[in-house]
Amino acid sequence: MQHEIIIAGFGGQGILSAGRLLAYAGMLENKNVSWLPSYGPEMRGGTANCHVIISDEAVGSPILNSCTSLIVMNGPSLEKFENMVVPGGIIITDKSLVPEGPQRKDVDVFEVPATQMASDMGNLTFANIILLGKLVAATGMVSVESFETALYKVLPEKYHHLIPNEMEAFRKGMEY
Amino acid sequence: MAIVFQRPHALKEKPLHYCPGCTHGIVHRLVAEVIDELGIEGITIGVSPVGCAYNNYEYFECDMVQAAHGRAPAVATGIKRVHPDKVVFTYQGDGDLAAIGTAEIIHAANRGEKITTIFINNAIYGMTSGQMAPTTLEGQVTTTTPFGRKPELHGYPVRVCEMISTLGGAVFVERVSVCDIKNINNTKRAIKKAFQVQMAGKGFSLVEVLSTCPTNWGLDPVEALQWLKDNMEPFYRLGNFKGKDLEV
Amino acid sequence: MGEKLLMKGNEVIAEAAIRAGCRYYFGYPITPQTEIMHYIAKKFPSIGGTFIQAESEVAAINMVYGAAAAGARVMTSSSSPGISLKQEGLSYIAGAELPAVIVNIVRCGPGLGGILPSQGDYFQAVKGGGHGDYKMVVLAPSSIQELYELTVEAFNIADRYRIAVMIMGDGTLGQMMETVEFRDREEIEEADKSWAVTGTRMEREHNVITSIYIDPEVLEDLNNRLQAKYRIIEQREVRVETYNCDGADIIVSAFGTVARIVKNVIRMAEKEGIRVGLIRPITLWPFPTETFRKYAEVPAAFLSVELNAGQMVEDVRLAVNGKREVYFYGRTGGMIPTQKEILDKIREIYKNSR
Repeated sequence: MQHEIIIAGFGGQGILSAGRLLAYAGMLENKNVSWLPSYGPEMRGGTANCHVIISDEAVGSPILNSCTSLIVMNGPSLEKFENMVVPGGIIITDKSLVPEGPQRKDVDVFEVPATQMASDMGNLTFANIILLGKLVAATGMVSVESFETALYKVLPEKYHHLIPNEMEAFRKGMEY
Repeated sequence: MAIVFQRPHALKEKPLHYCPGCTHGIVHRLVAEVIDELGIEGITIGVSPVGCAYNNYEYFECDMVQAAHGRAPAVATGIKRVHPDKVVFTYQGDGDLAAIGTAEIIHAANRGEKITTIFINNAIYGMTSGQMAPTTLEGQVTTTTPFGRKPELHGYPVRVCEMISTLGGAVFVERVSVCDIKNINNTKRAIKKAFQVQMAGKGFSLVEVLSTCPTNWGLDPVEALQWLKDNMEPFYRLGNFKGKDLEV
Repeated sequence: MGEKLLMKGNEVIAEAAIRAGCRYYFGYPITPQTEIMHYIAKKFPSIGGTFIQAESEVAAINMVYGAAAAGARVMTSSSSPGISLKQEGLSYIAGAELPAVIVNIVRCGPGLGGILPSQGDYFQAVKGGGHGDYKMVVLAPSSIQELYELTVEAFNIADRYRIAVMIMGDGTLGQMMETVEFRDREEIEEADKSWAVTGTRMEREHNVITSIYIDPEVLEDLNNRLQAKYRIIEQREVRVETYNCDGADIIVSAFGTVARIVKNVIRMAEKEGIRVGLIRPITLWPFPTETFRKYAEVPAAFLSVELNAGQMVEDVRLAVNGKREVYFYGRTGGMIPTQKEILDKIREIYKNSR
């Protein structure tokens, strides 16, 4: 089994760190993982994306030409990556920022108002975590426990006090 | 019988290859005498330049490294950072230091690298046969300024001491001359002080030595010394530019 | 092995260098490899390392020259335009026979080019980018774990032969994260460095590090000695991965990131009944010529896939020596061939060769 995930949006939305958390959680489950950030001209206009692979096999190319799951946190990213999702794959959008959902009919679409939900929780930076919750619920690619451990491993210690709230956001995403 | 004069230990017993009347030999000897007097031969590492003195690693008894053109201060930086307890010096000419190696000397000085640079300024490229140097004087005839150096075409002579002394990391900067006995003695004093400044861990030290190149100037050795006095000394002011009163 | 970590390629290079005993690093910032410098700047103070952000690539490589002459394990890193500036120093390092490790996280050119991945510096690295007859050992890792292993190995090879070793990656490898497991401690080969400038202590003849030999006979002797050393390295230090080559219809040659894409393509081709093998040179110099010779008559044809306009393919052709057609597929400018593009090329060659 190989999960191929693209996460895309604006810089500052926690796109790259969301991918990193996912890869880390995969690694904790002894899966083979890779994480590749966009860099260079792609970053112009403040967009950011990353390619994450979580696989039972050795990871071949870290560069994805297609993906099984797509999370998008802005309109341009949906436009850019929608057609890269394989039939039967998953698209998760932040409905608060991407009001017009995907056109695709051959994939599972989850539109989660993550930014609104995060705002209601009082911390906008939780939006990416909410979307990851939905992804994990829809695919089971990593366990909730692994994800929580990954948070402790990846986040600097000064943010550890926020992790219980992040996990609450994560669960809200799972349940949405 | 008392020995009153002999070859410094730090100088190998090997004939120098320099042209008759060239003052490189004098400066080599002064550096060696200073190394002897400070008793530092065993802990000194020198860096040879590209230019007439490219192979002075054959003359000094201490460990030596030959550097690419202009890069001696960067090479010396690498050596000194590995061996901070050693005394490291570069020996560079005006083309090496003030043209192709301008960036390296300025930044080594500015970082305050604890190295000593002996800078030979004879206002001309020697080894490649008499081309214009950054320090060539206005009107001076060279093989690449056959009608004399014209500032509007070739720019102005570079005053290295004045430039280096503005940098924070440079703590001892002095210009001297080897045109006569008095000045030769003064040159030795300055070189010694520069080494002592390094050994005291104060920062970067540089001694610019106004020197002659009779061959490429087209003068005999005595005329060359006179030309240095008459032409170079008025433009390149002798004296200390920084660190005169530094305690070492 | 220790704990599994998820780390960026560039950071792994820096960490591996530290573990290999490197305490001197001189460099100048350039994308996409600056994380190496950031990591070192942060870690070196607490372990007694020396880091200088040099005024230029030229100065940095000459600081490397000085530190290597002084007997230290030393590294610099850069990306293509910066590596071009270092060529002068690399030639001197070769001439003076100094051990040093140089990292090139290649970006695309020519000129200022772009900052995306490329393998356009293959010629420069393996054919000698500076002046004179010299070689560097060139290592081309394709995973983060291998980046670690080869960085450590680079220091050992450098010391073993008094030679410059280049680690050649690309922006993808430098920027991506993957699992890495570090050993608890490294096997650091003890090298004889009695030649280094350390001060004579008045106990030995002076040591001289130089690359200038005005006497032609002496200089030819040096060149002969260098060439003899290179022949020994060619015998002992070749590293290559072969995959699926026995009975292959087509053998693809690729290194670094591209080899990983090719591995995916091999699986896709297998489903169509095309057996594709891979020869992945891990040392670009010394080149695994013998491996190509061994398989020269196995496939119907060879295909070299590279992020350039056709560079390694020349060495593949020399090794295959006319026994089979050697095709080429490459992208430039930071474009990365998709799996489908490579598969299409394989299909085409497969069809034509039957």
